[in-house]
Amino acid sequence: MKLLKKLIAVLAFAPAMVLASGGTFPLDRAPDRSTDMAALQNGAKLFVNYCLNCHSASAMRYNRLKDIGLTDDQIKQNLLFTGEKVGDLMKNTMSAKDAKDWFGAVPPDLSVIARAKASGDGTGADWIYTYLRTYYKDDSRPSGWNNKVFPSVGMPHVLWELQGVQEEKLVEEKDPHDASKKVHKFVGFDLVKPGTMNKIEYDNAVGDLVAYMQWMGEPAQSTRKRLGVWVLLFLATLATLAWRLNASYWKEVK
Amino acid sequence: MAFVEKKLPADAPVVDKALNWVDSRFPLTKLWNDQWGKYYAPKNFNFWYIFGSMAMLVLVIQIVTGIFLVMHYKPDATLAFASVEYIMRDVPWGWLVRYMHSTGASAFFIVVYLHMTRAFLYGSYRKPRELIWLFGFAIFLCLMAEAFFGYLLPWGQMSYWGAQVIVNLFGAIPFIGPDLSLWIRGDYVVSDATLNRFFSFHVIAIPLVLLGLVAAHLIALHEVGSNNPDGIEIKDNIGPDGHPVDGIPSHPYYTFHDIFGVTVFLTIFSAVVFFAPEMGGYFLEYNNFIPADSLKTPPHIAPTWYFTPFYSILRATTSEFLFVVQAGAVAYVALIWLTTKLPQMLKIAIAAIALIAIAGMMPGALDAKFWGVVLFGGSVMILALLPWLDVSPVKSIRYRPDWHKYVYIVFGIAFVTLGYLGVQAPSPAGERVSQVCAVIYFGFFMLMPWWSAMGTFKPVPKRVTFAAH
Repeated sequence: MKLLKKLIAVLAFAPAMVLASGGTFPLDRAPDRSTDMAALQNGAKLFVNYCLNCHSASAMRYNRLKDIGLTDDQIKQNLLFTGEKVGDLMKNTMSAKDAKDWFGAVPPDLSVIARAKASGDGTGADWIYTYLRTYYKDDSRPSGWNNKVFPSVGMPHVLWELQGVQEEKLVEEKDPHDASKKVHKFVGFDLVKPGTMNKIEYDNAVGDLVAYMQWMGEPAQSTRKRLGVWVLLFLATLATLAWRLNASYWKEVK
Repeated sequence: MAFVEKKLPADAPVVDKALNWVDSRFPLTKLWNDQWGKYYAPKNFNFWYIFGSMAMLVLVIQIVTGIFLVMHYKPDATLAFASVEYIMRDVPWGWLVRYMHSTGASAFFIVVYLHMTRAFLYGSYRKPRELIWLFGFAIFLCLMAEAFFGYLLPWGQMSYWGAQVIVNLFGAIPFIGPDLSLWIRGDYVVSDATLNRFFSFHVIAIPLVLLGLVAAHLIALHEVGSNNPDGIEIKDNIGPDGHPVDGIPSHPYYTFHDIFGVTVFLTIFSAVVFFAPEMGGYFLEYNNFIPADSLKTPPHIAPTWYFTPFYSILRATTSEFLFVVQAGAVAYVALIWLTTKLPQMLKIAIAAIALIAIAGMMPGALDAKFWGVVLFGGSVMILALLPWLDVSPVKSIRYRPDWHKYVYIVFGIAFVTLGYLGVQAPSPAGERVSQVCAVIYFGFFMLMPWWSAMGTFKPVPKRVTFAAH
């Protein structure tokens, strides 16, 4: 039993040890707008205008946007720029070789990126929401940009016109491990050049964009949940009937 | 003997006539009665006895959803990932079929682990049910193979690197290892060739074997009869009607009992399918939403949760741990020599095998990776020996000494801990804990011939314990 107690003690500390070892940037929680059609539509617009130039979403058909309240005509007039058909997949025209030359890596397909970026730290939406808001100016990088969530990121800050340009705000502190040294601790951002949006507007726009990407990761998700309620109600009823039916048979077993 | 067909009166219902026609040519009614309708099962089955029929249900779910998935899935390295998303988006109800299949895989293991726990608790593997256990064990192996092959098919990062890691394990076998893993993959890395053969195994080879084994498992069960929570033989107590007094026909009693269980199971299953199909990254891993990339190794590769107890044992086998294994082997041989009456030749053979193993674990001999694979394989294979390792005079935990319960609890905790640590990234503390758990795991089985006979056993009742509902 002693061994058992020890085991339990070790296990109780195990999660704390895992947490202590992680040095990742804490993620902000993305607002939940998965059923807000206006937000999803605005997100789709931002996505097509800013992301699809370099990224693709090759599992996603334009006309699936009808699920978030757009019509074929609206999609054609507002979201198709280079002669795609409304039933086409969201592919992009940049060649992989050019992408590699320009950014050092091929921009990943974004169809299911909101699902891929989930982790113990937060949902994929949280990750993208924090990522798109923590770009800062860094002249040591080839693109001139760096990111808190994705250090040494290859992608420049595509939304900088909206957000403006921010720099890291660092304060000097004593190194807790070595008193003779100083370390720079990140405490926030300084906006050095304002963009077309203020902070609240920008966070809101990114919230919409992330909501769209989260929806795009699984367009059937709201259908799934809506249907799930009925399935569970049906099965719960069936289980109750099966329970009583079973009991009526077993009454006679002595 | 001439063919004689039973004559039914001319005005008999058509259904009866048709059944009579079939029964004269094929034992349909007999088969139904032997296997279920008039199969007398103990009346004292409890909660633990529901998981067999649930496993059957999950098997059906997997086969049916699998058939529909294969209609749309493309086993081609350049198309596979996209075809899964095509199923999720463009195929009508494809998302439901896919989620049922992916949730079904995990559900299968949950149900089978609980089914095996039942066998542990009530000694269902003991004589005369050794073959039922062995068929079941083979089903478990098939399930693992089926899950492993199937997991490559979505062609995500975890699919790819999980397969890479496991196939590489075969490379640890001396001399033939590297060639063997090359032969399994069909290429120098996991590639299109690997995907195609895994697809073939997943949809044809393993399911065929699996179905055969399930049939054998059930035929063997219905031949010797079911065990029960009291671990006594109901056939020892036959009533005037020729049936066990503590038995009841499966139909209708267990038919409706199982239908009730199935509806509860489906409710829980649907809750996962419709509201948490990823199950927090355990049923569908986040990393697997990134297409396979042979140039980018993910920082943390873990197999799906149902493999992790065994995988932890593999990871726990460090060169340092081999000294513990060596000491354990010496102690085990000494125990056999001093306390058993096995034939002298057998004792010498065991000592010789242990000696070779100990020599092989010496620094500079076979490396820890090889022994890790041996222990990994051994941790699964040792389950097959259970009917012969357990020598307790009673089958059921109910009539065993109380301290046996603690042995099972410690074993259960060690197994779950191994599983938990297997999904975590490696850490020094985790390594120590998993080594302790690995020792408990093997100790539980290898010392069972001693401890399972020790202590004061309680008297076993003549009739099953049953309270009318």
